[in-house]
Amino acid sequence: MILPFLGRTALSFLSYLGQLLLLVNETARALVVSPIRWRLFFRQLVEVGFRSQLVVVVTGGFTGAVFAAQTYFQFNRIGMESAVGAVVAVSMFRELGPVLTGLMVAGRVGAAIAAELGTMKVTEQIDALRALGVHPIDYLVVPRALALMISMPILVAECCGLGILAGYFVGTKVLGISDAYYLNTMIKFTGARDIKMALTKGFVFGLLVVFIACHQGLNAKEGAVGVGRAPTEAVVIGSLSILIVNFFLSFALNIFYPGGV
Amino acid sequence: MISVRNLYKTLGTQSILSGINLQIKRGETCVIIGRSGGGKSVLLKHFVGLMKPTSGEVLVDGEEIAGLPERKLGAIRKKVGILFQSGALFDSMNVEENIAFPLREAGIKDLKLIREKVAEALEMVDLGGEQKKMPENLSGGMRKRVGLARTIVGRPACILFDEPTTGLDPIASDSINHLIRRLQKRLSVTSVVVTHDMKTAYHTADRIAYLYEGRIYFLGTAAELRASQDPIIEDFIEGRSGETD
Repeated sequence: MILPFLGRTALSFLSYLGQLLLLVNETARALVVSPIRWRLFFRQLVEVGFRSQLVVVVTGGFTGAVFAAQTYFQFNRIGMESAVGAVVAVSMFRELGPVLTGLMVAGRVGAAIAAELGTMKVTEQIDALRALGVHPIDYLVVPRALALMISMPILVAECCGLGILAGYFVGTKVLGISDAYYLNTMIKFTGARDIKMALTKGFVFGLLVVFIACHQGLNAKEGAVGVGRAPTEAVVIGSLSILIVNFFLSFALNIFYPGGV
Repeated sequence: MISVRNLYKTLGTQSILSGINLQIKRGETCVIIGRSGGGKSVLLKHFVGLMKPTSGEVLVDGEEIAGLPERKLGAIRKKVGILFQSGALFDSMNVEENIAFPLREAGIKDLKLIREKVAEALEMVDLGGEQKKMPENLSGGMRKRVGLARTIVGRPACILFDEPTTGLDPIASDSINHLIRRLQKRLSVTSVVVTHDMKTAYHTADRIAYLYEGRIYFLGTAAELRASQDPIIEDFIEGRSGETD
């Protein structure tokens, strides 16, 4: 009973992975063989990047603030409150910034992409594009993929920056940690490797969000239920993928950008 | 113009088309009739490469298109345009942008020329002056007309009509029927009309093909169809389900 179930689950997972890789492959091909539609790309850049800034900086700011406060409450007991700056900065860059930005973008942008493409699919607009000799990947996926590849590292940087700034404010102005100690330990323990790790993760999570969302939209089933399911699944699969891939990515990237002084 | 040989199509476990053989002659209007869900639209989508057959051949101007990859179908799709059942207008664009879309994609950059061609296409479908309207502000009949204008603006040699009168009131349907006939004369295009509306079939057809159980059950003129004594054909054209109250 359990074995056939496991077999079916594994097969359906592999089939999904295969479809996703085919979409990635077709998009990469489109970048080479077809001209980039710059007008659509800039429109997407505004939609997925510029308009995601508020949600991302609010998330980063409050996470940094509360993380600084919680770290202070624990470290204060053992007289290590000066390390709060370093803990907040390293955590924001290496884990919290990229993951939280990824999750917020999966929710905001991933859902919107899947809903838009899903609606286009069931109202035959994607077939209309094809019938007019326009490849849907060129017209719909490439501009979105490029926009997210560029936006995500910038959004991650904004999230981390605001988080660190908010942590600094809470740590020094609210909880009374010395400015000099806070900044000194933060600068000592934070390096370019941490920033590179944040930006690399942001780029990868951007790819995950856009391809999962486009796949869900392009394969939406007919009817209101099908269109409704596409964004939900894009958010759920996108978020879970970010959390799972982040685990493995942290280990892999630690080889290139090792932590520590 | 279009030839279909031994076309089979299976969706999931359901056999939709079971050995279709059909030839659409250049310049004629061929109407494909059949029951809803009988595979008419599926067959039509094969003519422009929007669906791939499970087996069989689809030839457009002698060129086999069934096996062509998506990126190589562009040339065929310049020859064969399709009007979708819902019009399939791009809802992020207004009427003018929708109709101009194929022209812009063909690389035309002259805005004056584009505006002229859009106005001409709209005039052909009796919708002059509606350029700035968004699709959500159009009635069902107007959407189909705009969809048709978008299809004909690139001057295809063949136009496929997928249920052109479905969902329209009788007067709007009649108007669309006349429009199909008028366009056929004015542009000398080959037309394939998929419908279950017998009024549309009789009004527009040079030949009628009846799709029944995945095969072409009948192929002939409207007069031959009307004269048929076959009970299956009679039941369809008379709209008899065989059920009683």
